[in-house]
Amino acid sequence: MKPFAYERAATPAQAATLGQADNTKFIAGGTNLLDLMKFEIETPLSLVDISRLDLVDIEPTAEGGLRIGAMVSNSDLAAHPEIRQHYPVLARAILAGASGQLRNKASTGGNFLQRTRCYYFYQPDSPCNKREPGSGCPAIGGEHRELAILGTSEACIAQHPSDMAVAMRLLDAEVETLLPTGESRRLTLDELYCLPRATPHIETNLEEGEIITHVILPPPVAGMQTYDKVRDRASYAFALVSCAAIIDVDASGKLNTVRLAFGGIGARPWRDTAVEALLMSSHGEMAAIQQAVDKLLIKANPHPKNAFKLTLTRRLVTQVIQRAIKAAQDPQSPSFAAKDK
Amino acid sequence: MPNITLSINQQSYTLTDLDARTSLLDVCRHHLNLTGSKKGCDHGQCGACTMIVNGRRINSCLSLAIMHEGDEITTIEGIGEPSSLSDIQQAFVDNDAFQCGYCTPGQICSATALFDEIEQRWPSHVSTNLTNPELVDVQEIAERMSGNICRCSAYPNIIKAIQQVMDSRGLSNTLASQGDTEIVANTGAAVNTTAQIDKSTPQIWSPPPSNIHHPAAQNSNSSSNNNPNNTAPSSVGDAQ
Repeated sequence: MKPFAYERAATPAQAATLGQADNTKFIAGGTNLLDLMKFEIETPLSLVDISRLDLVDIEPTAEGGLRIGAMVSNSDLAAHPEIRQHYPVLARAILAGASGQLRNKASTGGNFLQRTRCYYFYQPDSPCNKREPGSGCPAIGGEHRELAILGTSEACIAQHPSDMAVAMRLLDAEVETLLPTGESRRLTLDELYCLPRATPHIETNLEEGEIITHVILPPPVAGMQTYDKVRDRASYAFALVSCAAIIDVDASGKLNTVRLAFGGIGARPWRDTAVEALLMSSHGEMAAIQQAVDKLLIKANPHPKNAFKLTLTRRLVTQVIQRAIKAAQDPQSPSFAAKDK
Repeated sequence: MPNITLSINQQSYTLTDLDARTSLLDVCRHHLNLTGSKKGCDHGQCGACTMIVNGRRINSCLSLAIMHEGDEITTIEGIGEPSSLSDIQQAFVDNDAFQCGYCTPGQICSATALFDEIEQRWPSHVSTNLTNPELVDVQEIAERMSGNICRCSAYPNIIKAIQQVMDSRGLSNTLASQGDTEIVANTGAAVNTTAQIDKSTPQIWSPPPSNIHHPAAQNSNSSSNNNPNNTAPSSVGDAQ
């Protein structure tokens, strides 16, 4: 690990000011940053410790949603009664990720900013356009089984690794930030995350020193909420494909609400509302599901070793929709599928 | 180079001129001669370095010592002594829950904090009911301990040791007696909980087969024991 200067910030404003300095990183949980620093993939000259900032509250908003402090740990967020009851898909997504130890340490703000687990990104002696712009992408034509099929470019096919961010995208969460100027702004996740295009080393639209202080959740959405994650082992592994969903079925079996967001397949947490529109007002019949998945995958750019994700995504969407319909027909179905009260 | 004071096992340690890069694990092992915590992967993947900080288990290899001033840190040395083992340490001995022992300090620290998480009724990935999680069967223990790897694969007896402490502390699962057919949270496959949860033969959890029909997977749909993803034999406990 390269040497660095260390400073603990007392306030978010001080952190933002310190964060402007050349090659400076914020450190909260550090579960991804320190891992990358050990490999010298990240080599900051200074670290600004934001882990003690007073950003640990989860409070209601005037609109009926929640405002979550960026330093709330992943464990605390998943265990929070409001999240469990009104945003179960978020609790499920967080609990599907990492291990108990890591969730205790990882912060809500930091989870958004974790970096891809592409082998070549993690291999300092290998070319990688994300790590070393212009050096090439050996994943294309190499090992890319885990990598993305949507939103990729000729420069990079890395997947976004977060489970939490997929549920946040589903819920239309926004991040609230503080700039070194003292201004605050709110970004949707599509505004936060850039697509790789020709510049995969630029992953977010955050400015120098801009710090995520809160996450804003809109009011809860009624319907069955689930997070399905397919991975190589039963626990403690990144998603091959994951699907966060909110689906509401009316008494006639018609789908009133359909929201679907995906992990493991996108260069960023992936949601396509045009796909959801194709399922809205359908009865979840196979033809409607097929048409929706076709729409989702029409721009997919699979490579030989991750083309299986096309099939996996299709099966996952089918399973989620059919389960929602089944759960709606069965009033005895347990609470994971319960409608929000 | 900064000077810092750490509170470890209720003792105060002052470190002078500490390199800011030093992990909490390396401070304990190399500077303070607290060598009980082990370094396995040094990247947060194996759990051998697990310590308890302010009541929460963390990977001490992925944490800078300098960030822990003011925290209450507990290492395996603070859990018990050979003359006065904690209940989970005694349960590991009783159940032969280790072979080489390298992962054991991490397993013990992790399990110690796990009991608090269960007392606080934290849900897990395999909890059927998020708001009122069932406590705590084999699947739950396997899921909640998945951050601790054992290369000797002593998992069946580690689970038995943890169950022993759950039983003695009154934390054990109440679901097994209900015998309802529930829907498993992550796949929706209906399973009979009574059949799955048999404490006398611990099984490592593996995901239930998909209930989506497709021709190529017909065989794997018939039974979880035929599932190629099922990494454990169906009754590991019997062989011990």
